[in-house]
Amino acid sequence: MMNYDCLIVGSGHGGVQAAVSLRQHGFAGSIGLISDDRDLPYERPPLSKDYLSGAKPFERILIRPPEFWASRNIDLLLGNEVARLEAKDKKVLCANGTAFGYGHLIWAAGGRPRKMTCAGHELRGIHSVRNRGDVDRIMDELASVRRVVVIGGGYIGLEAAAVLTKLGKTVVVMEALDRVLARVAAEPLSRFYENEHREHGVDVRLETGIESFVGRDGRLTGVRLMNGESLTADMAIVGIGILPCVEPLITAGAVGTNGVDIDDYCRTNLTDVYAIGDCARIVSGHGLRIESVQNASDQAMAVAKTLCGEPVPYNAVPWFWSNQYDLRLQTIGLSNGYDQAIVRGDPGARKFSVVYLREGVVIALDCVNAVKDYVEGRVLVERCARIAPNILADNGITLKSMVNR
Amino acid sequence: MSTFTVITRTGQVVPVEGRPGVSVMEHIRDAGLDELLALCGGCCSCATCHVYVDDDIRHHLPALSIDEDELLDSSDHRREQSRLSCQIPFRPELEGMSVTLAPED
Repeated sequence: MMNYDCLIVGSGHGGVQAAVSLRQHGFAGSIGLISDDRDLPYERPPLSKDYLSGAKPFERILIRPPEFWASRNIDLLLGNEVARLEAKDKKVLCANGTAFGYGHLIWAAGGRPRKMTCAGHELRGIHSVRNRGDVDRIMDELASVRRVVVIGGGYIGLEAAAVLTKLGKTVVVMEALDRVLARVAAEPLSRFYENEHREHGVDVRLETGIESFVGRDGRLTGVRLMNGESLTADMAIVGIGILPCVEPLITAGAVGTNGVDIDDYCRTNLTDVYAIGDCARIVSGHGLRIESVQNASDQAMAVAKTLCGEPVPYNAVPWFWSNQYDLRLQTIGLSNGYDQAIVRGDPGARKFSVVYLREGVVIALDCVNAVKDYVEGRVLVERCARIAPNILADNGITLKSMVNR
Repeated sequence: MSTFTVITRTGQVVPVEGRPGVSVMEHIRDAGLDELLALCGGCCSCATCHVYVDDDIRHHLPALSIDEDELLDSSDHRREQSRLSCQIPFRPELEGMSVTLAPED
């Protein structure tokens, strides 16, 4: 059995950054990076954007060049799916029978896409967007596809809809709730994006559910809606969230009901087992599990420092981005629990921000084509600034000048 | 063959072979210089690929866009020479330039 001083599970942004940062901070022990993916580590955000559109080939979304890993003495253990963790013996067992021992374990396994379970869900032509294989399958089919149904009006679904529309496909977006982005943003942002997609020719349908997928010879030909309506479709893209990959941890005794629970140092309750990224829920502070590149990378850097003897608690301000058409959305902070959402600027001019307040304190901003607000708003979020709504809404006053109010 | 030079935060001088049309950020990443985070992958959505570019070559660079300019304002280390390396596609005219990684924010 191979033993690693630090074994990392998952080759997404979190796992990779953990390995890179460990070496940067002088970690001298052996490092193994396990992944069920067979590809060299690559960036995920372009999968629903520049990779899907064909703007960037796979080589250009590699997080590091192929020769990098050996040069840093990091063993890539690709094509291994972890099936079990034996915490007492400090080893993991893979589905293919391979076992790896560890001194420290960093669990960065991310999540797997939530699947549809209605009748017909096993038909060919129904896809998720999570890894390279998913998107390659979509691209392989695209030439013969005219009509696409996107299920889920979250970021993944909307980004895919934007790309597919630009590729000339007829796209329908189905959202179960009464607005898109309902889970992450306030109504003005939702309405703005619904409108933009409609202007680009996307058929955005709200409060719409799928009753079943319909097919012929094992291939998707359409969908039947809850309201009885039928639509033809050559492809369906399902973007209805992820399920954190933590079963081996939980089975081994780790605590968690939504992913695995971690403390401020990304420690689970299991000895020498850390967790970061999409699969980890930080217990203190906001108490949320966050799915973003920033969160995965920053937690990875915090764990690496801790393992190198300079422990730092993780408390970075979250940020996020989404590109659709020519719209640049940037988010700073977390809007969860907001009680007021102030629109700043003019959505009609396609340049505006939504400022989120909780009990009078600025907690987050969503900025559309408004980079200045994003940059200056960060300071307001970091300082838990209290600014009157009428001042925030005044686009003639810079956010920067509000800092010392 | 066109080359340019990258100077790391520790002062290491690394020659890089330029590939036309590929961003300077991707050159730095592909050279294995892991100090550069480039978290957004080069879509001008963050400022983690911040570099300083020599004065004498700057007239060959694409103009600073408003978005890039505003993102650079988020750095505590902004200077006259500051650019986001993802916004500079390499071209032969940039041969011999020297690019210095800005300190981490």
